[in-house]
Amino acid sequence: MDLNQKRTRTVDRVDSVDPDLVSPESTPMCPFPDEVLEPVLSLINSHKDRSSVSLVCKDWYNAERWSRRHVFIGNCYSVSPEIVVGRFPKIRSVTLKGKPRFSDFNLVPEDWGADVYPWLSVLAKAYPFLEELRLKRMAVSDESLEFLAMNFPEFKALSLLSCDGFSTDGLKAIATHCRNLAELDIQENGIDDLGGDWLSCFPETLTTLQVLNFASLNSEVSFSDLEKLVTRCKSLRVLKVNRTINLDQLQKLLLRAPQLTELGTGTFTQDLVTRPVADLEATFGSCKNLLTISGLWDTNSLYLPVIYPACASLTFLNLSCAALRSFELAMLLIHCKSLRRLWVLDTVGDMGLEAVGSWCPLLEELRVFPADPFEQENVAGVTESGFVAVSRGCPKLHYVLYFCHQMTNAAVATVVQNCPGFTHFRLCIMNLGQPDYVTNEPMDEAFGAVVRTCPNLQRLAVSGLLTDLTFEYIGKYAKNLEILSVAFAGSSDLGLKYVLGGCPRLRKLEIRDCPFGNAALLSGLTKYESMRSLWMSACNLTMNGCRVLAKEMPRLNVEVMKDEDSEDSQAHKVYIYRTVAGPRRDAPPFVLTL
Amino acid sequence: MDLINFEATELRLGLPGSTDEWDKKSTASPVNTNKRSSSEMGSSVTDETDSSRSPPPAKAQIVGWPPVRTCRKNIIQGKKSEPEMGSGMYVKVSMDGAPYLRKVDLKVCKSYGELLKSLQEMFKCIIGLYSEREGYKSEYAPTYEDKDGDWMLLGDVPWDMFLTSCRRLRIMKSCEVIES
Repeated sequence: MDLNQKRTRTVDRVDSVDPDLVSPESTPMCPFPDEVLEPVLSLINSHKDRSSVSLVCKDWYNAERWSRRHVFIGNCYSVSPEIVVGRFPKIRSVTLKGKPRFSDFNLVPEDWGADVYPWLSVLAKAYPFLEELRLKRMAVSDESLEFLAMNFPEFKALSLLSCDGFSTDGLKAIATHCRNLAELDIQENGIDDLGGDWLSCFPETLTTLQVLNFASLNSEVSFSDLEKLVTRCKSLRVLKVNRTINLDQLQKLLLRAPQLTELGTGTFTQDLVTRPVADLEATFGSCKNLLTISGLWDTNSLYLPVIYPACASLTFLNLSCAALRSFELAMLLIHCKSLRRLWVLDTVGDMGLEAVGSWCPLLEELRVFPADPFEQENVAGVTESGFVAVSRGCPKLHYVLYFCHQMTNAAVATVVQNCPGFTHFRLCIMNLGQPDYVTNEPMDEAFGAVVRTCPNLQRLAVSGLLTDLTFEYIGKYAKNLEILSVAFAGSSDLGLKYVLGGCPRLRKLEIRDCPFGNAALLSGLTKYESMRSLWMSACNLTMNGCRVLAKEMPRLNVEVMKDEDSEDSQAHKVYIYRTVAGPRRDAPPFVLTL
Repeated sequence: MDLINFEATELRLGLPGSTDEWDKKSTASPVNTNKRSSSEMGSSVTDETDSSRSPPPAKAQIVGWPPVRTCRKNIIQGKKSEPEMGSGMYVKVSMDGAPYLRKVDLKVCKSYGELLKSLQEMFKCIIGLYSEREGYKSEYAPTYEDKDGDWMLLGDVPWDMFLTSCRRLRIMKSCEVIES
């Protein structure tokens, strides 16, 4: 085929979408013909890079849109499905995020929106060969799952994280009709668990499964069907079962799938008086490829040792479902030399965290969850000393999520000095308005130290007693901050003004129960279009303030959620986000778009 | 203090009057509690230094605080608890060296003899006969955990008394019996 014919073909393709965007011959602006540009661009996977590419010139915009296979939509209301399919003709994989993050903590009423169905009906027409769908905080009904199963014959991968509105009936449809399914990943969803028979709906001909995660479902599945499924899916690399699977069953599964790289166990205890199962220990030893272990419900020092033979190569250990004590964790960690990520419950205490510091020098991420978040009295848990101990032993630590009841400014300053590479620093002092318990001062200096010492900080969550000074520090020093979470903090409008006046890279800001009012909101007028979204609830915003913002910034959706208790003039819950799709057409009655 | 009034008006799960229980349950309607939390925040900041105050208002549960996902809250609370087995029916039976336990219905067995027969069949072992003086002559000794948590040799007490106090069974290997 000669060069002229190739160019004609390119022109025809573009014409079919937008007759004005005719691709010229190679120009000095763009020396590469499409035939070269497209294959090169197809190697670029990061959606941020692709965004940059598409802004270079019209040719690159076109080449990029034709070569894009995966589209990431961080806010489902920022764009309409029609616009997406209009721009990208050849998508095979879609990631969609819906509700604001605070919906995880019951701050967003039900029926708020983020229904995936309108997206599916458009995607079915435009991308009949869609292979992957990853949803986070979307409302997904059984009808949607059935529609998905029936309308996308090449469908391979479904991942549902923090979604709600569906039941196991929807999963039945997926299992029954998706003949090429490679991934079914169901995590932390508000799901109606009607029984475990969905698993038995996988046909005996299905052998392509690589990822199966049903750890968050409660009902018992047919073990024999599960065992058969695992046996015939030779490429299975991720298997995360639910709590109803016991140790004996787990062992059988592991014998069938020694190639697993990620394992989520079921209940990890048995009411035996004697030693742990020697066979199970040997089985773990034969799983040479395990990188991740999670689950481990109900486990204790009797049974945990069976995983020791698999620990040397583990990079991620998720113990957040196992209420371990300090010595149990310590004994386990001795075997975990390669650990990079560790999730634990605060039952391990400061001594457990000292063990982390001693035995895990390669640790990059630590998450400490509260075992009993609502217990106010007689709480043990972890304190500032555990935090410092980890930072001393783990200089590569860059991601921390830490729930505690007490903290000091000095400790946090020490931690960041030991680990200046923090990218994600999420500290949750669970007692509201808690000052430094030694000096009784606000925790301002702690977060000041964090933002001053950690130049790569992308995500920050603050807590404790905080004045506007914290936010002055954040605005001034947190140059790379993208996500900020604030609750029960600040003294006045100044706090929010500082943040909005600084933080050039801010994308997501979520605030609850802070004394920030209209003046502060409006000080960020020009900033909101460069951000994905802003959430403010139980602050001092009024409807009038929000109306002013909406009027000044027509390309933002300014949504106010009304509730019966608050006065009409108060803007109780406000969600502001940039959009090219205009106001929502599916807003429920309690959501007012101003 | 305003907070006390709010507690009375708060919507929550649980019977009226069951004040101790509610802070362990998952949060109720999110709609009504945010007003309280704002004023609560105000009080907790200004009242910090007043030591004569009653304990901090932290008892009042605030929607979405601490920021822990619902699924995570249930991890410790969701532990399955074994129902009381005092009246007989199904009890667990463990055997030293066996990889998993079994369950046996004590009500079905009308006597020790029948129970021992079932156990022998289940675990393919010979436990043998009971004698008051020497216990069991085989390499196994059937024991049970009683209501006090003690491990007792099967057969010493009348069957009916055994039924009321047996929590679970364990077939021990005789050498261990002698050592303990």
